[in-house]
Amino acid sequence: MEITTRDFFTVLHGMGFGALFMLAFSGAIVELYRISVAPTQMSAKGQQLLGLYLVAMVFLAWLTVLTGTYQIYPWYRAVPPTGVVELSEYPRRLLLSSGKTSQWHNIGMEWKEHAGWLAPIAITMAAYVTMKYRQAIVQHRNMRIAVLAFTVAAFVATGIAGSFGAFLNKYAPVKGGQVIILMEGGK
Amino acid sequence: MSQAVDKIPNGPGAAAILGAGIGCAMLGILAFAAEASRPFADMLNFYNPVGPLSGKTTIAIIVWLAAWFVLSRFWKNKTVVMATVNVAAFILLGIGFLLTFPPFWAVFLGAR
Repeated sequence: MEITTRDFFTVLHGMGFGALFMLAFSGAIVELYRISVAPTQMSAKGQQLLGLYLVAMVFLAWLTVLTGTYQIYPWYRAVPPTGVVELSEYPRRLLLSSGKTSQWHNIGMEWKEHAGWLAPIAITMAAYVTMKYRQAIVQHRNMRIAVLAFTVAAFVATGIAGSFGAFLNKYAPVKGGQVIILMEGGK
Repeated sequence: MSQAVDKIPNGPGAAAILGAGIGCAMLGILAFAAEASRPFADMLNFYNPVGPLSGKTTIAIIVWLAAWFVLSRFWKNKTVVMATVNVAAFILLGIGFLLTFPPFWAVFLGAR
């Protein structure tokens, strides 16, 4: 059983950070909705926990976009040397080489690489406001609405980036890198 | 609930919300502008392995943090009309989403 360094970083970005961030939205949106409709029911302890939960999401969001943009994206958009016709290690060029796959780059990747960056901005704001106001947020109805709306927007942006990331990884996976042998098996 | 917590004005929260909207809109504007102009896209190529995306995201983050900082200074102890701030922030967020959507670029720039 072996894995390449590029496989490892792709899994770390998509499953380690991105999927965990995506999963965390279910809890965050439910809690933010709950304090939105029944703000007085939130205890100080509960409010503090929600703030810490959102801060953890902020870290996941930034780790996801930074690893995606600065670690994996350069492999995706690498330009093959002149004369190379085997494009499997050059995903962008591989997708653009056929009309049947080019829109996965022109729409999928182009949308993913930009929309994904909306999520950390939105969730950072949501975490800041939640931590700053704590229980005092019960007095600011419009602020609760904005925090919930931006959190939902972050969820949508993450969904766009994550789903296109999964599809792109099906049609033109990032390949190559050093091989790491995890385990030797019998024949 | 403590009295001290109750007295926080809505200004700092409003600054964060509007700042986030500005940051999202800036990302969309830069994505659209880079698609519309090749020379502008080249200017945004801050880090060659990442290409223009490095400049778009770096500038958007700087504008977001700067807007948040400036608004926070202005609204530190103020109470602002939160409904208006929300409308502005939602419009800016919508601009961010719309201008990062490639089929929308095609409306103005033609099929890619």
